Amino acid sequence: MLKIEKLTKTFHKGTINEKQAIRGVSLHLAPGDFVTVIGGNGAGKSTLLNLISGTLMADSGSILLDGVELSQLPEHIRARFLGRVFQDPMMGTAADMGIEENLAMALRRGKQRGLGWGITAAEREDYRGRLAALGLGLEDRMKSKVGLLSGGQRQALTLLMATLQKPKLLLLDEHTAALDPKTAAKVLELTGEMVARDHLTTLMVTHNMRDAIRMGNRLIMMHEGQVIVDVAGEKKLGLHVPDLLAMFEKASGGEFANDRMLLS
Amino acid sequence: MFDLFTSMGTAVQGAAAQGVLWGVMTLGLYITYKVLDFADLTVDGSFALGGAVSATLIVAGMDPFFSLLVALLAGMLSGVATGLLHTKLKIPGILAGILTMIALYSINIRIIGAANVPLLGERTVITTITGLLPLGKNWAAILLGTLIVALVVGAMYWFFGTEIGCAIRATGSNEHMVRALGVSTDAMKITGLALGNGLVALSGGLVAQSQGYGDVGMGTGTIVIGLASIIIGEVIFGAKGNFARRLLSVVLGSVVYRVIIALVLRLGLKSTDLKLLTAVIVALALSIPVLRRDRTLRFYGGVLLAGAILYLVLVKAAAAFAPDNTTLLFAARGAAFGATFGGCSGKWASDRRRMAAILKQ
Repeated sequence: MLKIEKLTKTFHKGTINEKQAIRGVSLHLAPGDFVTVIGGNGAGKSTLLNLISGTLMADSGSILLDGVELSQLPEHIRARFLGRVFQDPMMGTAADMGIEENLAMALRRGKQRGLGWGITAAEREDYRGRLAALGLGLEDRMKSKVGLLSGGQRQALTLLMATLQKPKLLLLDEHTAALDPKTAAKVLELTGEMVARDHLTTLMVTHNMRDAIRMGNRLIMMHEGQVIVDVAGEKKLGLHVPDLLAMFEKASGGEFANDRMLLS
Repeated sequence: MFDLFTSMGTAVQGAAAQGVLWGVMTLGLYITYKVLDFADLTVDGSFALGGAVSATLIVAGMDPFFSLLVALLAGMLSGVATGLLHTKLKIPGILAGILTMIALYSINIRIIGAANVPLLGERTVITTITGLLPLGKNWAAILLGTLIVALVVGAMYWFFGTEIGCAIRATGSNEHMVRALGVSTDAMKITGLALGNGLVALSGGLVAQSQGYGDVGMGTGTIVIGLASIIIGEVIFGAKGNFARRLLSVVLGSVVYRVIIALVLRLGLKSTDLKLLTAVIVALALSIPVLRRDRTLRFYGGVLLAGAILYLVLVKAAAAFAPDNTTLLFAARGAAFGATFGGCSGKWASDRRRMAAILKQ
C-alpha cells in the first residue's frame, strides 16, 4: 500500500540552523492499517506527513503509494490520493464559504474541475445525511459560512471532507490537539467510526499517548527524525503509557521523555 | 437658480455615465481584490492598455465593439503576466503587479505609437448609439454601460458558481485547503488575475471611446479609484447578501464616487486635487476598523480633519475679506496649522504625562 524508503529531509541546509528533520525513514503500511505516530517535539512526525502530502519536498528517498511514486509530484496532484486533516482547525476549511460549498469542493478532490455547477441539488441531499450523522446539528446550517463554526465543528467537517471522496491514505496531523478535551474526544470518536466504516489506511500523528494506544492497529514512535519503536497487533493491545515511556527511554539511549509527552 | 440646477443635473448625468463605464473596472478589481484577496496593481496599466488597444484599433478601421473584445483579451494577457510573475517566479503580489504595470506603460506607448490617440470623427460605441437612438452622449454611455454591467454581473454570477469559480473563491479564502483538495492554486490565481484585468481593460476601452481619446496616462490611480468604489459601494449598499447584489453594489459605488467627485469639483477643488481626495477617502475607509477601536487615533484624526476644515474656511475668509493681502493669507494659514499642531501636541504631551505618572507608581 504505502512504501516509504530511506526518506530524508534537512532544513536550512548549509546554515548554522541546519536540522536533519527526517533521517532515512523507511515505513511500510498494509492496506487498512491504522497507524498512530507519537514522539516529542521536533521528532519529525509532522515533517513526515508533510513530505507524504507534498507540502514539503523530500531531499531523497521514495514514497510509493499503490505503485505511484509521489515524491516528485506537486502537492495538488498528490491530493487526489490523500485525505488530510490538520492541527489548526482553520486550515482545513474555507472560512468565507458555506458548509455545503466546502463539502462540494471536497467531493471534487482529484477530479477535473470544469464549468459545471460547483454544487448540485442531489449532492446537497447527500451532504445533509452525512452532516446529520456527525450529530452536531450542522445539517440545518448548510448555507452558513464555515467561519461561524467552532474549532471542533470545523475539525469534524474537515474530517468529513477528507473522507467524502475515499482517499487511499488518510493523514491526520494532531487533528485534535487544538481542541478542548471533550471536543477532542468527540472528533476522535468520529475518526474511529469513519476509518472503520471505509477501511481507510491511516497515519495519525498525536501527542496523546493514551489515544495512540487506544486507536489503530499499529503504533510507531519517532525520535530525532527516525522511527525508534514500531509495535502492532497483539503487542500493541497490551501496551500502557508507562511501557511507552520505558520504550522511549531505552530506544533514545536513556533520554527522558520530554514534558509534553509526559503531560499527555 | 434654475441654471444652476440644470448645470448640476448635467454634471451628475456625466458623472453617472463615467461611473457606469468605470464600474466595469470596479467589477474586475472586485475579482482580484475581494474574491482572490490579491492587491493587484496591474490595473493601472491594464486600464490604459484597454484604452490604447481599443482606440488604436478603431483608428486603424476596426469595428468599435469588436475593438472592445480585443481590449478585453489584451487585458487578460496582462493579468496572466502578473500571475506568472507571482506564482511561478514567486515575486510578492504587489511587486508583481507593479512590474507588469510599469512594463505596460512602455507597451502602451508602442501600441499607440505616441502618448495618446484621438478618436476625432471616428465611429465609437457611443456615437453608434447616438446615431441609432435619440439620446445624448451621456445617456448613450449610461445605456451601454448598464447593458455591459448587466452582462458582466450575470456572467460573473454564473462563473463563480461553477466548479472552477468555486475553486477560485476558495483560493482567496484558504490556499492551503485548496491545494489539499487537489486544485493548483497557481492556476486559480492566474485565471482570476486574467479575468479581473480583462474586465479592467474592457472598461479602459469603453472610457477611451466615451472620452474620445486613448491616453497612456489614463490608468493612473485606477487601483485607488477602484478601491474607493468598492468601499463606498459596500458602506452604502452593504457587503452582505447574494453575490450578484454585492457586485451591483460596487458598481453603484463607482457611480456614487463619480457623483461625489463632480460635486466636489463644483465646490471649487481643482481636478488635479482629486487623486489626493481619493487617497484620503480610501485611507479613511480602510482605517475604519482601527479607528473604531482606538480612541487616541480617533482624537488625532478628528483634530486633523478639523484642522483641514479650519484651513479652508480661514483661507476663504481671508481671501474674501482682503483679496490681495498676502500677510493676512499667511496669517490665516499659520493659524490653521498652529491650531492643528497645538491640538495634536497638547494631546501627545498630556498622554505622556499620564503615562509617566503611571510608571512612577
